[in-house]
Amino acid sequence: MNLSLLILVPLITAVAILLVKGLKQVRTIALFGSAAQLILAFALFFFYRQERVGGNSSSFLFENNYTWYEPLNINYHVGVDGISIAMILLTAFVVIAGVLVSWKMEKLSKEFFFLLIFLSLGAYGFFIALDLFTLFFFLEVAVIPKFLLIGIWGSGKKEYSAMKLALMLMGGSALVFVGLAGIYFNTNINGVHSFDLTQIAGMNIPIEVQKLFFPFAFIGFGVFTALFPFHTWVPDGHSSAPTAASMFLAGISMKLGGYGCLRVATYLMPDAAHEYSTIIIVLACIAILYGAFATMMQTDLKYINAYSSVSHCGFVLLGIGMLTKTAIDGAVMQMVSHGLMTALFFAVIGMIYDRTHTRQVAQLGGLMKMMPFISTVFVIAGLCSLGLPGFSGFVAEMTVFMGSWQKADAFYRIATIIACASIVVTAVYILRATGKAIMGPVVNNEHLSLGDAGWNERLAAGLLIIGIVMIGIVPFLLKDLINPATQTMIQKIVAVIK
Amino acid sequence: MKQELVITLIIFILLIVKLGKEETKNETLINLVNILLALNLFSGFLFQQSGTLFGDMFRTSQLFTFEKNLLNLGTLIISLQSYNWLKRHKHVPEFYILLLSTLLGMFFMISSNNLLMFYLALELSTIPLAALANFDLEKKRSSEAAFKMIISSAFSSGLLLFGISMLYGSTGTLSFIELPAHLNGNPLQIFSFILLIAGFGFKISAVPFHLWTADVYEGAPVAVTSYLSVISKGAILFVLVSVLYNAFAPLNESWYNILFLISVLTMIIGNLFALRQQNMKRFLAFSSIAQVGFILIGITGYSAEGSASVIFFVLIYIFSNLAAFGVINLVSTVTGRENLNDYKGFYKNNRDLSWVLAIALFSLGGIPPTAGFFGKFFLLLAGAGRGNYLLITIAALNMVISLYYYLKVIKAIFMDTNDDPIEPVKTGWSPRLAMIICIAGIIITGLASGAYNYIYSLFS
Repeated sequence: MNLSLLILVPLITAVAILLVKGLKQVRTIALFGSAAQLILAFALFFFYRQERVGGNSSSFLFENNYTWYEPLNINYHVGVDGISIAMILLTAFVVIAGVLVSWKMEKLSKEFFFLLIFLSLGAYGFFIALDLFTLFFFLEVAVIPKFLLIGIWGSGKKEYSAMKLALMLMGGSALVFVGLAGIYFNTNINGVHSFDLTQIAGMNIPIEVQKLFFPFAFIGFGVFTALFPFHTWVPDGHSSAPTAASMFLAGISMKLGGYGCLRVATYLMPDAAHEYSTIIIVLACIAILYGAFATMMQTDLKYINAYSSVSHCGFVLLGIGMLTKTAIDGAVMQMVSHGLMTALFFAVIGMIYDRTHTRQVAQLGGLMKMMPFISTVFVIAGLCSLGLPGFSGFVAEMTVFMGSWQKADAFYRIATIIACASIVVTAVYILRATGKAIMGPVVNNEHLSLGDAGWNERLAAGLLIIGIVMIGIVPFLLKDLINPATQTMIQKIVAVIK
Repeated sequence: MKQELVITLIIFILLIVKLGKEETKNETLINLVNILLALNLFSGFLFQQSGTLFGDMFRTSQLFTFEKNLLNLGTLIISLQSYNWLKRHKHVPEFYILLLSTLLGMFFMISSNNLLMFYLALELSTIPLAALANFDLEKKRSSEAAFKMIISSAFSSGLLLFGISMLYGSTGTLSFIELPAHLNGNPLQIFSFILLIAGFGFKISAVPFHLWTADVYEGAPVAVTSYLSVISKGAILFVLVSVLYNAFAPLNESWYNILFLISVLTMIIGNLFALRQQNMKRFLAFSSIAQVGFILIGITGYSAEGSASVIFFVLIYIFSNLAAFGVINLVSTVTGRENLNDYKGFYKNNRDLSWVLAIALFSLGGIPPTAGFFGKFFLLLAGAGRGNYLLITIAALNMVISLYYYLKVIKAIFMDTNDDPIEPVKTGWSPRLAMIICIAGIIITGLASGAYNYIYSLFS
C-alpha cells in the first residue's frame, strides 16, 4: 500500500473544495474526502495486520523513500508502525466527525472546509514521516490552519486565543528545530549528516549531545501536548475555537506533540530521556493535578474540557517519562483514547451550544428532557473521561498506572499515587457538570422547545463512540497493534538503562 | 558580458524613443519594455560562458549568470506590477533608463573581480536609485527620501573607499584573486575590513547601519521601494557572499564574529521595530531588515551549503516580498491607502488579493508549505553547521517574533471588521501576471527541490 495516498487524498479533496461553489457542494466533497480517509486508514490497518500475521517483522512497513534535497541528504521518507497506524485511525475518525458536525457552517464555508482538510493533511504527513525534515515540515503545516480557523470562525476573544496558540506552537517548533539541527549535525553516516529516523535510531548519539538537545526536542513537542508550564494556549485556544477546530486541536493536534515526544525525543535520545525522566515525571504530575484542580473552578463547558485535556495529556507524558514498556503502551493508548473522547466531548458541547447559545453550566439544566441523544452522548463522554471500565479511558489510564507501578522506587510510587488521586478530582468535576447541566431541573424554559441531534450529529457522535467502546471492550486490538513498535522502542531504552 | 550588453541596448532604445519627435503612448512603451525585459531574461539562460575580461577586472561564470538572471526576473516582476502606476506618470522612459542603469551597475558589481571595479559598479547602481526614489514628483516625502538616501549612501561609500584605500596600503593589491595571499589579519587589515563591512552594512541595511531604510522606503514610490528592498539588497548580498567566502577567506574567524554580532542585532532590532509599524511600507521595511539578519546567519555557515542557502533564499525572497509589495502597490495606486488599519476587512472585497498577500506573508514568516519555510530552514541549518547553536536558537525564537507581526496583518485582513473597507481593486492583466509568477514561485520553489539543487551544484 502506498502511504503517500494519505497525503494525496486530503490534497485532492482540498483542491476540489477550492474549485466548487456553495455550501452544499463543498460539504459533500469534504464528507466524501474524509470518508475516503477513513476507508484508507482502515485499509492500512488491515494490510498492516496481514503483513504482521504473515511474519513481516521489520520495524517500519510500507516504506517509501524519495530523494528530496540531495545536497543536504533530505529525503521524503515515509513508513508506518503500529503507533502511527493508531494515530492515523484516530485522525481519520476525528476528521470525519469534525466535517459532520460542521455541516451547517454558513460563514465562508469553502475556506472553512479547505482549512479543516488541509490541517488533516499535515497530521497524516506528520504521523507517517520517517525523515525528521519531512516530519518537521508537516508539523508546521498543521499550525497555521488552526490560527485561521480560530481567528475567523471562533467565538469570544478569538483573535487573542488564535495569536497565542499560533505563537506558542511556533515557539515549540522553533525549539524542535534546534533539537533536530543538533541531531542532524551529530550524525555521521558515511561522511554525510542524516535526518533519517531509522538510520539515526540505529546509531548511538554521544550522551553529552543527547543531554544538550533532548530538552529542546522534548519541550518543543511538549508545547503541543500541553506540557506544564507551556499549557496556557490550551484553555484559550480550545474554548475560542469553532467546534470542529476544537475537536481537531484536542483530538489530533495535541497528539502530534505526544507522538513527537515519544518518536523523536525519547526514541532517538534514550540516554537523555533516562537522565531527565525525573523532571518529566514531576512536570507531568503537576500538569495532571493542576489541570484537574483548575477544571474544578471552571463554569464554561469548553473550559472544563480544555483544562481536563491538560490533565489527561499529563498521563501521556507520565507514561513516556516512566520508560517502561507497559507505561509507554499506556501513553500511546491514552493518546488515542483521549483523542476520541475529547473530540466527542467538544462535538457534544458544540451541539449544545448551537441550540442553547450558552456554554455556562449555570445556565443549563435538564437537557436530558429536550435532547436525550445529545445528553446521553455527553454522559458517555464524561464517563469515559473519568475512567469508567468499559470505555477507552479506563484501559489507557489503567495501563499507565500499571506501567508506572512497575518502577519500584519511592519517587515513582509517589508520582503514581498522585496521578491516580487525580481521578477522584476528575470524577468530581465531570459528575458535577453532568448532574447540573444534563440532569437537574430545567433552568431556562426557552430551552424546552429545542430539538435533538440531526442525522449528521448522530453519525459523528456514533462513530466516535464506536471507537471509544471498541477500545474499552476489546483493548487487545489496540494493544496488539502498537505492541511490536513499543517493543522495539523499549529494547533501545532498556539497553541504555543497564 | 552578454547580459550587460543587452541591458545597455535596451537603455539606448529607450533613449532613442525619448529623443524621437513623436510622443509614444505610455502603455505601448511599458509593454515594449516589459517584452524587452522578458527577452533579456530568456537570453540570460542561453549561451552561458565563463571567463574574465578587461585584465581580470571582470569575470563571469554560471553562478554569476544565474544571479543576474534572478535580478532580471525581479526587475521584470516589478515592472509588470507598476503598470498601473507608471501609465499615468509623465516620465516613463526616464524611469526605465534610471532603473536599468542601476541594474547594469549591479551586474557589473556581481561580476567585479577587483575592489575598484566593485566600487565603480556600486556607485553606478546607487546614484540613479536616489533619483528614482524621487519619482513621486508631487510628493514632498519622496524628495525627502531621495535626499536621505543620497546622503547616507555617500557616507557609506566614503567609509567603503576609506577601507579600500587602507586595504590597498596594507596588501598592495585590490584584486579579489590576489587578496587572500596577502591577508594575514594584522590590525590595519582588520580595521579596513570593518570599514568595508560597514559599507556593505549600509547597503543591505543591517543594524546598526539601518537608520535610513524606513524613511526612504516610506517616502519612495512603491515600485522603487520594492526594487530597493529586493533587487538592490539581493545584488549586494550576492557580492558579499562571494567576497567573504573567497577574497576574505583568510579572515574568516574575524568576519564570523562580526557577522554573528550584526545578525543578532539586525534580527532583534528589525523585529522589535517592525512590531510597532502602522504604515505597510515601513512595516515591510523593518521586516526586510529582520530578514537580512537571517540571511547573515546563512553566510556565517562558511560552506557550500551556506552560500547556496543564501542565493536560494534571495530567490524566494524575490517572489515573496514582491508578491507582498505587488498587492500594496496596487492598493496604494488605486486608493492611496497604505496603513495597516486600512487593511482591516480587506478580505471582504478583495478575496484574491487577500490570499496573495497572505501567502506572501506566510512565506516571509517561514510557514510551510510555502518556499519561505525551506529558505529559512536551510539558512539556519547552514548556520548551525558551524556548531554555534546559540545563534540559531536566537534566530529560531526571532522567527516566532517575526511571525507575530506577519500574523497581525493576516488578522487585520481576515478577522477584523472595518466600517470603510478598501473597495474592490481592479487588477490589470500585467500586475495579475506578476502575482501569478510570484505565487507559483512561492509554492513551487520550495516543494520541488530543483532550484536548490541547481544552485548547490554551482558551488561544487
